[in-house]
Amino acid sequence: MLSMANLIAALIVIPLIFAVLIALMPSDKARGIVVYAGGVINIALVLCTTYMWVFKRNQLSNVTYDGSGICFNLPFNDVFNFLTLAGDLILMVVIIALSFKYHKKIIALLSIIQTCIVMWVEVNGPHPKGEQLSMHFDWLSCIMILIIGIVGSLIAIYAVGYMRGYHVHHKEFADRRKFFFSMIFVFYAAMFGLVTTQHIMWLECFWETTSVCSFLLIGYTKTDEAITNCFRALWMNLVGGLGFAVVILFSAYKFHSFNMNDLIYTFSSDISNTAATLCLAALAFAAISKTAQFPFSKWLLGAMVAPTPSSALLHSATMVKAGVYLLLRISPALSGTKVGTCVYLVGGFTFFAASLLAISQSDGKKVLAYSTISNLGLMVACAGIGTVETVWAAMFLMIFHAISKSMCFQAVGAIENSTHSRDIEDMQGLMRRLPKLALILLIGMVGMYLAPFGMLISKWAALKSMVDASSTIMVLFVCFGSASTMFYWTKWMSKLLGTNEEKQNDVTEKNEYISMFTHAGLAICVCLGLPIISSKVVLPHVLLSQFWYNYGIYGQASISSKDTESLIMGSFDTLKTLVPLNENNLRTMIFMIIAIIIVPVVTYFLTRNTKTKPVIGYMNGINTGDNKHFTDSFGGEKELHVSNWYMDDYFGEKKIFTPSVIIGVILNLSMLGIALATWMGGVL
Amino acid sequence: MINTVNILRLIAVIVFIVCAPFIGGILDGFDRKISARMQRRIGPKVTQPFYDVLKLFNKEFVSVNKSQLFLLLSYLFFVIFAGALFFGGYDLLMVFLCTSTASIFLILAASSTHTAYTGVGTLRELVQMMCCEPMELLVAIGFYLSTSANKDFVTPTFKVIDLVRSDMPAIIYLPGFFIGFIFILTIKFRKSPFDISTSHHAHQEVVKGVTAEFSGAAYGIVEVAEWYEQVMLLGVVGLFFITSNPLSYIVAALAIILVYFLEIIIDNTSARVKWDLMFKLSWGIIFICGGTNLLVLEIIRNINI
Repeated sequence: MLSMANLIAALIVIPLIFAVLIALMPSDKARGIVVYAGGVINIALVLCTTYMWVFKRNQLSNVTYDGSGICFNLPFNDVFNFLTLAGDLILMVVIIALSFKYHKKIIALLSIIQTCIVMWVEVNGPHPKGEQLSMHFDWLSCIMILIIGIVGSLIAIYAVGYMRGYHVHHKEFADRRKFFFSMIFVFYAAMFGLVTTQHIMWLECFWETTSVCSFLLIGYTKTDEAITNCFRALWMNLVGGLGFAVVILFSAYKFHSFNMNDLIYTFSSDISNTAATLCLAALAFAAISKTAQFPFSKWLLGAMVAPTPSSALLHSATMVKAGVYLLLRISPALSGTKVGTCVYLVGGFTFFAASLLAISQSDGKKVLAYSTISNLGLMVACAGIGTVETVWAAMFLMIFHAISKSMCFQAVGAIENSTHSRDIEDMQGLMRRLPKLALILLIGMVGMYLAPFGMLISKWAALKSMVDASSTIMVLFVCFGSASTMFYWTKWMSKLLGTNEEKQNDVTEKNEYISMFTHAGLAICVCLGLPIISSKVVLPHVLLSQFWYNYGIYGQASISSKDTESLIMGSFDTLKTLVPLNENNLRTMIFMIIAIIIVPVVTYFLTRNTKTKPVIGYMNGINTGDNKHFTDSFGGEKELHVSNWYMDDYFGEKKIFTPSVIIGVILNLSMLGIALATWMGGVL
Repeated sequence: MINTVNILRLIAVIVFIVCAPFIGGILDGFDRKISARMQRRIGPKVTQPFYDVLKLFNKEFVSVNKSQLFLLLSYLFFVIFAGALFFGGYDLLMVFLCTSTASIFLILAASSTHTAYTGVGTLRELVQMMCCEPMELLVAIGFYLSTSANKDFVTPTFKVIDLVRSDMPAIIYLPGFFIGFIFILTIKFRKSPFDISTSHHAHQEVVKGVTAEFSGAAYGIVEVAEWYEQVMLLGVVGLFFITSNPLSYIVAALAIILVYFLEIIIDNTSARVKWDLMFKLSWGIIFICGGTNLLVLEIIRNINI
């Protein structure tokens, strides 16, 4: 039976089955086939679910409309309920075992506290009366499963080829590919669950699963560095996860509901409720640690010790996007509150600081990591402001970032396999040496920062809405941050072009190219399809979720999804001015997209046959015959190397990182402090 | 829709595309002449820049990397496009996004050779870009906020066509932004003390820096593109003064001439600085002037609401 409940259940269970299958496969080849099959099935299921939601959402049976989406129970709901609890215990055992093995006992404590609270509430706590439907599906969930399913699965397909190459070059590491691919599929299952459930206990379980999966993936090589970094990732995420424990306690004893959406409704409608402020701050804190904002940024930077596919996965389709997802969910409640202010300050500051730090890095993966942190900062800030426009911008940032960043990571990984270096200095003239990979990297970069493509347009919309929201400091963060973003990307991009380079041996496998070119196609489609995605997907969600709470539509099961939508979209005309991209700009933008693709091509063909006399570059007449060598003061020949600027004295990690962490700590503590003080004030 | 306003906009765009190089060239000529007089020289004819550029286009095309040419043509296209958006009355933020895209093409064209002098010049050009970028965005935001502080506007707007219809000149609301913008104009016009990536005059330490490897037609394209860009940027200067009153256009023209003269004076009285000082100065001034002005505008707007 093709029903929404079955499909979502399949999305959670099938990746788990594949995880087990992969672990059982005896040979590389068989495992590769299973991974492909898993990836393809994931994509098919996701597309199926999307189809059901987009076209059939008004005709679904056995679901309840709650105004913004549909609620339903999974088949064998009790079994799932039991499994999430069992999952919590298993995670705790895994964490305890590993942290004792590697002498990091203190970390086990974090997990024990959290799991004990959850178990206590489950066993002894008051259980909410009445039926609580455990799943909730709306446009945001739909976008999330598309990102996880398509971008995520493509990364798995890429990983099959990549990991083969990886173990050829890195004989020093034990081949644990079975484990690696299993974990990736567990990750999908957890992510699919995370974005479709509204049961807070389940959410907590899925949340912890992603933390533990990323911990295991980061520690893949088991070098000292990997062990240190993976435990750092674990403890930082567990600290954030404590936020969930707090929320679970309150939801059981104070709010009497385990339904996430009920809670958010309470948070946003009952501003005088002081416990709500505390819960919001706790959830925001969890999301801030997951999205690697300052002061938690170090875990995501450390994550790059893992093989590239897991970096791509953590940075683009999964893990950090879980944090953004949670913030987007709670954004209607954050809007205009003190907690919201702290959240957008954390995000805005992180956007600015991380973009400065990226300037000083020459390791390609590290630049990408800082860029992720920086862009996540912008999304966090947008969610913290929580107006229609900023949430709109955050959702587009999330979509474009997922595709472009995944593409960049895959390209850098493949370049590293071919050239044995991922240092930007070694990428000189890559356009001639490895043209296909350089092209992919270029498309990814262009998508990340160049006008008029996705990220920049979203950033621009965010900027406009921040001006409207009267947050001077945010506007300054974005203006200065954009300047440094431009600097570090262009600096890298200008390395890729070049002359007089020989073509190199490209060891990239076919499956890697399939994944990368599909990404490139996706990136272009999403850019061109932006107006449609905006009006059909993102805008309905933003408007529905905003009005859902404000107009008291929430919880009225009698209103069908269709009614609500027409009600809200009917008032759409008055909201047109709110939409960041009005028709006029959209036209200019699309013209620019076409121009930026066509103009270089046309001018290329126009000038292709221009007569030119090739000469060597100017070097005061001391060239020794080409652009790369010159006569030094002793009369000998020396090679010329023009290095990029990294401005370590100004933007180096030594200079900026610690102060940024301190500012991050202050901002986060003030958020928690304000919330705690509000709650205490309410209690007393 | 065809109406008088749209026809006027179209005419403005065409006039810009046709006349901007002449205006830019003449301004360049005056620049040289006045600079020469300041240095007690006679200086070239005012029309000299045109002869120079014509000569460039007639030269044999020698090149280190042929792909320069199509990148430079793309650069020229986007500079003109940005200017056309501006004079056509479109979104100011779009205009500045477009100029940034254009300058990336210039940088790619230069860096495609990876030779010694362009290498240094390109990086310096990048730093110059980083110094100017925040102010450009802030200027657009400033105009937007000036329309919301100004009660004539129901909804605030980035559109140049609406900005020129205000009752009060924007400069009244945006003095800090104006100072900041004049400051970055010195960088944009590659004038001393900030002519670190290349210079219009021969006195350059890295042998014309970012433009070192452009010759003949390629260099000609760069010159023409810079004329277009200058005219567009001076147009932004004018926008600070323009209101619905036709007389304001005369004030704007005077302001433009004054600003240009000021740039020439700055150019001739200051010595080139290092990039780090330029960076600190520009971000500092943008932060202080732009930031303060922005804060004040936000406060005014909140009072109005």
